[in-house]
Amino acid sequence: MALNPGDFEYISKIVREQSAIVLEKGKEYLVEARLTPLATSENFKSIADLAQQMKRDVGGKLIAKVVEAMTTNETSFFRDIHPFEVLKNTIIPELIQKRESQKKLSIWCGASSSGQEPYTLAMLLTENFPQLKNWKIDFIASDISTEMQKRCQEGVYSQLEINRGLPAMLMVKYFQRNGAQWQIKPELRQMIDFRILNLSGRWPLMPKFDLVMMRNVLIYFDVPTKKEILRKVRENLYPDGYVFLGAAETTLNLDDKYERMNFKQSGCYRIKDCL
Amino acid sequence: MRALVIDDSRAIRLILGQVMKKLGFEVVDAGDGQEALNKLKSDGPFDIALVDWNMPVMNGYDFVVNTRKDSQYNDMRLMMVTTETEMAQVVKALEAGANEYVMKPFTKEMIAEKLTLLGLSPE
Ligand SMILES: C[S@@+](CC[C@H](N)C(=O)[O-])C[C@H]1O[C@@H](n2cnc3c(N)ncnc32)[C@H](O)[C@@H]1O
Repeated sequence: MALNPGDFEYISKIVREQSAIVLEKGKEYLVEARLTPLATSENFKSIADLAQQMKRDVGGKLIAKVVEAMTTNETSFFRDIHPFEVLKNTIIPELIQKRESQKKLSIWCGASSSGQEPYTLAMLLTENFPQLKNWKIDFIASDISTEMQKRCQEGVYSQLEINRGLPAMLMVKYFQRNGAQWQIKPELRQMIDFRILNLSGRWPLMPKFDLVMMRNVLIYFDVPTKKEILRKVRENLYPDGYVFLGAAETTLNLDDKYERMNFKQSGCYRIKDCL
Repeated sequence: MRALVIDDSRAIRLILGQVMKKLGFEVVDAGDGQEALNKLKSDGPFDIALVDWNMPVMNGYDFVVNTRKDSQYNDMRLMMVTTETEMAQVVKALEAGANEYVMKPFTKEMIAEKLTLLGLSPE
C-alpha cells in the first residue's frame, strides 16, 4: 500500500511521541512494509484510512498497534556471543563474590523482545552458577510491546528461532518440544518477571540493579532520548553494577559518567570511579 | 579453515557449500557417511564436518560414531544439519559426539551463529 508524505509525517510523529523511535525521511518504505499487513488485518483499505482512524483513536489501542508494528524485534539466543562470555567468565563471578553476604542479585533486560536475551541469561546463570539456587534473584525483563511481553511469558519458539544461536546442549536441557514449537521449561520462565515498560515514558519504581542489559534499542532513539535513558539507567544501577549495550551502541558523547570496560566487543560499561 | 559437507542431496551440498565458502571456509563434500570417512583420510584434516542424518550407504549418525572412535579426529567439530527434529534424536547425536545441531531448513545466519558457538567464528 502506498503512503503519502502527509501520512508519513503524521505516523512518524505519533510513533516518536509514543516510543521515541525515530523514523527519518527515507524510511517511508519501512512504514509501508510494516503497516500494510496491519491495515489489512484491521480492515482498512489504505494506510491513509488507517492514519485517519488513528486521529480518532481515543483509547489509543490502534496507535499502540501501530507503534508495535513499527518496532524491530530482531533478536537471537546468545546474540553476539561475546557479552555472554564476559558475563560468564568475569562479571557474574565478580558480582557473586561482592554480593556473597546479602546473597541477592538484581537484573534487568530493558528491551527483551521475544525473550531470547533474558532466557539466555537465565540459562547461563542456571547452567554455570548452581550456587545461585539459594540466592534471591530479582530478574525483570521488559519491553514496550504487549505482544512481546506475552511471547516472553509463554517462552515458545519456532524451529527457526530455536536454531539461532542456542547451543544444542542447552536446547535439550531447557526446552520441551510441542509439535513444531519449542517451549522453555517452567523453572526458567518462573525466574523472570516480564513487564511492559516504555523506556521513553515514565519509569515505574524499580529496585536498584546489579546488571542491566540495554541492547539494540538505543539505536532507534534520538540523542536526547538516548541521554535521558542512559542517565536513568545509571540512577537505577548500584555504583558497582554493570550495563551492557548493543554492538552498535555506545555511551560516548552521550553520558561521560560511564566508562567502557576493556573486554573485546562486549559492550560492557560501568560507572566511572565506582570503587 | 576447512569444512567437509556431507549430504546425499546434491542441491544441499551446493547450497551449504556456498554458505561455508562465503563464511571463509575451503569446502570438500561427500554424498554419504562412507565417502565422508574416505575423504577424511584422503583430503583431511578438516576443522568441521557438517553432517546430514539420513543418507544411503552410511548415515550421518554412524559417521559421527565412527569418527569419534578415532582419536586423530578429536579436534574436528561435528555439526548435524538435518531434517530430524525430535528431541530424542538431538540427544542421541550429542551423546554420540556431535558438537552442534542444526535443523533444516537452515539459513546462512543460523550456520554462522552455530560456528561462532563452536569457536569457528566467520570473518
Ligand atoms: C532489536 S530488539 C532487541 C532485543 C534484544 N535486547 C537483543 O539485543 O537481541 C528491540 C526491542 O526494543 C523494543 N522497544 C522499542 N522501543 C521501545 C521503547 N520505547 N521502550 C521499550 N522497548 C522498546 C522493541 O519492542 C523491540 O522488542
